[in-house]
Amino acid sequence: MTAVAQAPTLEPVAGHRLSVRRFARNRLAVAGLAVVVLFLLFCFVGPLLHSTDQTHTDLTQVNLAPSGAHWLGTDAVGHDELGRLMYGGKVSLLVGLAAGILATVIGTLWGAVAGYAGGWVDAVMMRVVDAGIAIPALFILLVVSAITSPGTGGLIVILGLVSWLVPSRLVRAETLTLKNRDYVLTLRAIGGTHGRAILRHILPNSVSTIVVAATFQVADAILLVAYVSYLGLGVQPPSTDWGGMLSAGLTVAYSGRWWLIVPPGLAIILVVCAFNAIGDGLRDAFDVRGRG
Amino acid sequence: MNILELEGLSVTFATDTGDVPAVRDVSLRVRPGETLALVGESGSGKSTVALAAMGLLPGNSRVSGRASLDGTEVVGASETVLAHLRGRTASMVFQEPATALDPLTRVGRQIAEVIRNHRSVSAKEAAAEAVDLLRRVGISEPERRASAFPFQLSGGQRQRVVIAMAIANSPSLLVADEPTTALDVTVQAEILDLLRQLAARSGTRVLLVTHNMGVVADFADRVAVMLRGEIVETGTVDDVLLRPAHEYTKLLLDAVPRLAVSGPEESDAVPEPAPREPVVRLQDVSVSFGRVRALHEVSLTVRPGETVGLVGESGSGKSTAARVALGLIAPSDGTVSLFGTDLRRARGRARRRLLAGLGVVLQDPVASLDARMSVAECVAEPLRVHRRDMPAAQRRARVGEVLELVRLPRELASRGPRELSGGQRQRVSLARALVLEPRLLVADEPTSALDVSVQRTVLEVIEELQRELGFACLFVSHDLAVVQRFAQRVVVLRSGRVEEQGPTATTLLHPDTEYTRRLIAAVPVPDPVLQRSRRAERRTSLTTGGQGATA
Repeated sequence: MTAVAQAPTLEPVAGHRLSVRRFARNRLAVAGLAVVVLFLLFCFVGPLLHSTDQTHTDLTQVNLAPSGAHWLGTDAVGHDELGRLMYGGKVSLLVGLAAGILATVIGTLWGAVAGYAGGWVDAVMMRVVDAGIAIPALFILLVVSAITSPGTGGLIVILGLVSWLVPSRLVRAETLTLKNRDYVLTLRAIGGTHGRAILRHILPNSVSTIVVAATFQVADAILLVAYVSYLGLGVQPPSTDWGGMLSAGLTVAYSGRWWLIVPPGLAIILVVCAFNAIGDGLRDAFDVRGRG
Repeated sequence: MNILELEGLSVTFATDTGDVPAVRDVSLRVRPGETLALVGESGSGKSTVALAAMGLLPGNSRVSGRASLDGTEVVGASETVLAHLRGRTASMVFQEPATALDPLTRVGRQIAEVIRNHRSVSAKEAAAEAVDLLRRVGISEPERRASAFPFQLSGGQRQRVVIAMAIANSPSLLVADEPTTALDVTVQAEILDLLRQLAARSGTRVLLVTHNMGVVADFADRVAVMLRGEIVETGTVDDVLLRPAHEYTKLLLDAVPRLAVSGPEESDAVPEPAPREPVVRLQDVSVSFGRVRALHEVSLTVRPGETVGLVGESGSGKSTAARVALGLIAPSDGTVSLFGTDLRRARGRARRRLLAGLGVVLQDPVASLDARMSVAECVAEPLRVHRRDMPAAQRRARVGEVLELVRLPRELASRGPRELSGGQRQRVSLARALVLEPRLLVADEPTSALDVSVQRTVLEVIEELQRELGFACLFVSHDLAVVQRFAQRVVVLRSGRVEEQGPTATTLLHPDTEYTRRLIAAVPVPDPVLQRSRRAERRTSLTTGGQGATA
């Protein structure tokens, strides 16, 4: 009997407006959002303002320190480092976002079906997930990348396929409680289909869990792409990403060319932290349980 | 001296959406040797008053005015002062015994802990005293029960343990916030008897917070009625309940469904309806969940146009029976036929065609509607399932029609369920159930989560529409008074078996079985004079019938 919730003077406030307010109260999350937006602008709009040639090598301009002409210097084959940071960032962000979303979609469907069906279907599907979690994702990722040497699209698919396990568990847990809600029972009692129950009721009501999971998935995916490319198994030249840039810069780490290492390294750290902060903020805003 | 005095007490809660005043300028006192009942509907602020009296308000509250316990000021008092008062001067009994006890500690130890918090006695003495307290609150074999965990006790026994903890240090005031609301009526009667006896023996005074007028009539000496944070009427129980002065009290009392307890032996009973094909028939249905038998050879039928009430205490299997009738639970034995067709034989499309003749209203007004959908989408859902080719315009028109049918304005269609009150939500549920013009409405406790005044409008709407549309109704309820008013026939369930069934008028006035008789005797009626005589009657029948007060 909460007097608060039912007091007649209480103006109904739309749920999403309350969520926005709660998100805004988390300073770190707002900062994270700003960082992500700035990086998106930097990588996708930046090249229009700071146009550079990232395909052809220019051996007259190699290994230059930062200057007025090249703000962040040039690398070993003469690419402008600032332009390269935008170019590589495009790949990192694109692969990270797409793979994170793909993983969440697969995990959501898997978890929703398992949780809703229950019984042996659930048991089998979740044992598959357990088995998948038992093998480190990075290991699978490296083996598959080494065999197939994938392009951007391929990388997205592989990343998506190795990292959907955690979201599937979260969504399954959510589904287990939602499937016994009165509105789902009512729908089933009058002959509504299972598809309708899942698509119209269970998934929309787990959307907050899904969105929060997706944010963390994107952060993880960006980090994973960086790993793989750093080891030379990711995006192949002349294309690159932040992990690949870091790898190229590290070979000259002791020659004092800091401008080849610090910018991509910082970019990775900033973006990954930013996505995690956003995830935390969204979790507060939606008031859902944690990851894993 | 008055044990509890509130003077101009106001409480405001700071929330995400602004300040919410919960209690405004409340003054009341509990006089020596009396029981005061604080009644009101949900949101009236009655629980907040009780919490304020104990200094237990949450951190986001602002309190002004005075509240004193036995002469000590509570408002603004330090935690140390409050800790000294709580449990010793005044203690509290909450609504839900399941959450009031620590699930991982044996009940004897929990009681002993309360004793040792306030008095320096040895662990051994405290343990002995705990056993003694358990005996005083009427728990049989207290030595053995003291080492039980809460989950090993029934709901009634748990509430007795909570009361034992509350009286462990012989407080002068017991604040009981809906102490019997989570319990069955027979258990409720026992707990009220226990509280009354404790108050009489040790002179403990009781502040009872409740929404149930029957409980008030049974238990209180004086009554204060609350409405929107203010006290609108105070007086003796006889005055307030029999000669209410305030308009709101009159409305409230008028809305309480009253159990008729006397009537002619052979009332001119409803003539046995023509033996038409029943809309639903359960025949020797048994259901087991694991090793638990939820239903045992239950047979019941609902004929076209009639309302059958399914009553019983919690765990009697009434909701399970309703779910079997809906095809949500497959019986392990026996047959269920819906509109003359065996549900087990019907598969796929045929089954769905059968289910299209059903309407469903469930108990919880919050969980019944998907908060992510608009009212229109909620109501239109059965149309989308069964009339897929219906054009959108026609569907909109039909939704508007049904909303008006349940006396809701069409404009509500675009709102979200969150914006509606509990009563409005249940009417939206009803609209959804009726949108396909069902032949059978299954209603599982459709009004038990609602306040009485709201309950009445919802029941009236169902009744009126039933006359108009002629659907049959399977009405599940724990409230005998509601069923008596609402159903032509009644089926009494007891631990998964049909105890008895028959026309409502005869069955509830002159029951055949001892169990039904006890069930009816335990329902408190909101008339203090009548209730006193019923209580005396119940007492004598209990002692002569040899039925001890076991929970």
